[in-house]
Amino acid sequence: MNNLNVAKIQLNGDSYEINRGTNINELLNKLQIHTNKVAVEVNGEIVEKNKYPNLILNNDDKVEIVHFIGGG
Amino acid sequence: MKDTFIIANKKFNSRLIVGTGKYKNFEETAEAVKASGADIVTVAVRRVNILDKNQPLLMDYLDSKTITYLPNTAGCYSSEEALRTLRLAREMGGWRLVKLEVLGDKKTLYPNMIETIKSTEVLVKEGFEVMVYCTDDPTITKKLEDVGACAIMPLGSPIGSGIGIQNKKKISIIKEQSSVPVIVDAGVGTASDATIAMELGCDGVLLNTAIAEAKRPILMAESMKFAVLSGRKAFLAGRMKKRKFASASSPEENLI
Repeated sequence: MNNLNVAKIQLNGDSYEINRGTNINELLNKLQIHTNKVAVEVNGEIVEKNKYPNLILNNDDKVEIVHFIGGG
Repeated sequence: MKDTFIIANKKFNSRLIVGTGKYKNFEETAEAVKASGADIVTVAVRRVNILDKNQPLLMDYLDSKTITYLPNTAGCYSSEEALRTLRLAREMGGWRLVKLEVLGDKKTLYPNMIETIKSTEVLVKEGFEVMVYCTDDPTITKKLEDVGACAIMPLGSPIGSGIGIQNKKKISIIKEQSSVPVIVDAGVGTASDATIAMELGCDGVLLNTAIAEAKRPILMAESMKFAVLSGRKAFLAGRMKKRKFASASSPEENLI
């Protein structure tokens, strides 16, 4: 049985469960990630920071959270 | 003597740009950047490790307010991947000055110039200032300039090879014909290589492995700072003419 209160998303390539109705801000909070140090993409589209509170994640959404690391 | 380094209308103090990859840890990265005197560093865009919440972040060690972050597309093999990476980088903090690198081959890490030119065109239209890693073909670098690259960055030899500037004549030709800064990107192995690039008249040098893989990275970082300064000053001073035979330094008259 699927839990109706849970949505399954793909987060950085792995399966991840969130509460239904979770927005990007809430997801980042839960992951303890500062919004100003990352960029977020949902289903291949970059999400502007001011849209984080309004974008609700749904089942099967593909979410990518990236940041800067050392590189040449 | 005033000698300003300008990229995309922005003034920089150091003509040395350093990468932040391959270091032992972020402490070493930060120390090396400081010792190098660089005020631009290249950085990569990668997935956040969701599982490890205490993972240190590069941005906690290198202040992006005092050091210019130059997001790079290293690891991208197509225009789509490169564009996606730089758009994400811009969203992260408004970075418009970026380094474009579209690779063509895993073994040589030579750039795919067809994809690179295509990507440069798109990025310029989207308002990015694009510094472009490229081959040392003057017709290609001309094309990059035509489509709006703000800096031309030909390789001196393959990325991470450390075998120095293998294409002095071509780099000189590129420098002579370009009206945007020319920065040697890749190939520098030790201080003299960086000096040679600058003596050729290049506007700057970009390197990473030469410092990160030195036995004492911090000391090498400092050495590179002086190497670039030294080469630049030698270029501005204008070297003497070469002669086939000797020319005595002491006067030959009034010998005792």
